[in-house]
Amino acid sequence: MARHKPAAIVCRLPIGSRATVAGRVVNIDGGRVRLVDGSGALTLSLGHVSPGAPALGQLVQATGVWDGTALVVETRRDGVAPLDSFPKAEGDYAHFTADGGRRVANLHRRAAVLGAIRVYFDQRGFLEVETPLMVRSPGTEVHIEAFSVDGGRDRRFLITSPEMHMKRLLGAGLSKIYQISRAFRRDEAGGHHQPEFTMLEWYRGFADASAVMEDTENLVAAVAEEVRGEATVQVAGRNVSVAPPWHRLRVDEALLEYAGLTLSEVLPDEERFFHAWVEKVEPALGRDRATFVTHWPASMASLARLLPDDPTSADRFEAYVGGIELCNGFGELVDAREQRGRIEAEVALREAEGLPAYPIDERFLGALEEGLPDSGGNALGVDRLVMMVCGEDRVSEVMAFPADRV
Amino acid sequence: MYETSDIRKGLKVLIDKQPYNVVDFQFVKPGKGQAFTRTKMKNMITGAVLERTFKSGEKLAPADVESSEMQYLYPEGDGWVFMNTKSYDQMTLDADAVGDCKHYLLDGLMVEVQLFDGNPIAVTPPTFVEMMVIETEPGFKGDSTSNVQKPAKMETGLMVQVPLFVEQDTKLKIDTRTGTYVERVK
Repeated sequence: MARHKPAAIVCRLPIGSRATVAGRVVNIDGGRVRLVDGSGALTLSLGHVSPGAPALGQLVQATGVWDGTALVVETRRDGVAPLDSFPKAEGDYAHFTADGGRRVANLHRRAAVLGAIRVYFDQRGFLEVETPLMVRSPGTEVHIEAFSVDGGRDRRFLITSPEMHMKRLLGAGLSKIYQISRAFRRDEAGGHHQPEFTMLEWYRGFADASAVMEDTENLVAAVAEEVRGEATVQVAGRNVSVAPPWHRLRVDEALLEYAGLTLSEVLPDEERFFHAWVEKVEPALGRDRATFVTHWPASMASLARLLPDDPTSADRFEAYVGGIELCNGFGELVDAREQRGRIEAEVALREAEGLPAYPIDERFLGALEEGLPDSGGNALGVDRLVMMVCGEDRVSEVMAFPADRV
Repeated sequence: MYETSDIRKGLKVLIDKQPYNVVDFQFVKPGKGQAFTRTKMKNMITGAVLERTFKSGEKLAPADVESSEMQYLYPEGDGWVFMNTKSYDQMTLDADAVGDCKHYLLDGLMVEVQLFDGNPIAVTPPTFVEMMVIETEPGFKGDSTSNVQKPAKMETGLMVQVPLFVEQDTKLKIDTRTGTYVERVK
C-alpha cells in the first residue's frame, strides 16, 4: 500500500498529483466524501465508481488524483479501503455524533465552562489546589454514602467532597483557594445525579457566606456570558436569568410560599420537611431567575456555623436555578468542639440507622483545633452548571462517559 | 414489592388500591437531606394523573396488571362479549372498560384487554382499523387535493371527517388513537 500523505499537504499538491490519504469519514454527500485526519480535511470525489460505499465515522484509506478541489478516486482497484473500522449504531462514534454532533458540542461547552471558571478565580487571586481523592474518612453525613477502596492494610474511601482537605489548607494559611475535583457518591443516580461527578469548591478565609454568595452569582453570570453570550441558562426549555443580584429567600419564606407550611410546624419532623421541600418547594425555586435560599434551620447546619445574630439558623445557603439545586455554601463552622459534637452525633445516627461506619477525620478536627479564620465556602455541581449552559435536561448528556457508558 | 430504585417509566404500581403507570420520574436529593424520587403517574382506570414523591427505600406494591389478546364477538345488553384467544374464555366488558374502543368494535376485531386483578380495565384496539362509510354527502370527483372535509358516518356509528371525494360504501382506514381518517382502502 502506498504511504499516506496528510490531507493538508495533499490539498497543496500540484493538480494532477497522485496521492494516498487516510482519515475518518465525517460527511457523505452523494459521491463526495469528506475525510478528516490530524492535519485537516479534504474531499474525496468518488466519481462514477462505487467502491464499497464508506460509512459515516469509518476510518478509510483512499488513493486518487488531486484535481484542485478534491482527490478523485478513479478505479475500483485503488478505491476507498476500510482500515478495519466498522462504526456500530450503538458505538461511541454514533453516540457522540448523534443529533448533529450534539454531545461533541456539549464537550466543547464543558471545556469552555471549566476554562471560564478558572479565569474567574485566577483573576481574583484564588489559588487552584488539588487535594486527595482517596482519603481515610469520607465524612460522616447521614445521607451521603461513600465508595470504599481496597487499600491493602489501610482502608480508604473515595471523597464525597474535597471539603475537609480544603479546610485544612485554610488552616495552613491559604485563604483564597478553589478546586475543580471529582467526587463520588454511592446510590445517587438520576437525571441530575451521577455517582462520579465534578464539583467546584472554593473558600475565602476571613469572610462569611454572603461574600461567597456574591462570588457565586458573579461566577455563574460570567460563565454564562462567556459560553452563551448572555447571563442566562436554559432549564427544561426555559431561559433562566443568572444575572446578579440573584433573588434571595429564607427557608421559612420559601416553605410558606410554595408549600403553605410554616417551618415551626414541620421542623420537628425532618422527613416531612424534606418531603414538602422536594415535592412542592424545590420545583418552584428559581424558575425565571436564579434564587438563593438562606437561613437553614440550625438542625440542618451540617458543616456551617450558626448565624451570630440568629442562633436558630445556620449560615448556610443553597442556590436554585430552574428548580434545580446548583450549589450549597456555608459560613464555615470553625469551632473545633462544636464540630466534634456534630460529627459524633452523625456517627451515632449512622450507627442507629444501620449505615456503614465511617471513621472520624481527626486531622480535619486537628486543623480546626489549631485554628481556622472565619471562612466562607461553596460547593457547586459543575455537571449541572454545564447541563444548564447547554440547555440539556440530564447531566449524562454533558459528561463524556456517564456511569452507564463506562 | 418494588424499591424506589426500581422506578422506571412504564412501571405499574398499586397506589390506594388503584393501578398506576409511571409516566415520569426524577431522582432528587437535597444537599444535606435524604433522597427522594418524584414521580408522575397515570391512573390506569380513570386516566387521572397523580404526582407522588417517595422517600428512598420506600416500598411500592406492584399492580397486578396484565394484558391479554382478545377477540370481539357480539354486543350483549349494555356490554360487549370478548373471547380470550388463548384460553377461549369469554368475558363481558362494560362501557367503562371498553371506553372509546366501542367505536371500532367490528365483528372479529382483535384487541388488547388490560386486566387488573383479573378484571378488565381498558381495551386497546389495533392502531389502524378498516371500516365502511354507511352515510355521507355525495362525493365530488376530482377534488382530491383540497383540504376541505365533510362528515361521514361509519358502520359502527363513529363520525369521521373525510375528504370530499369519499363516497358512501367506501372502506376507509381509521387511526384509532385519534379517531381520524387515514386513507381509502382499495
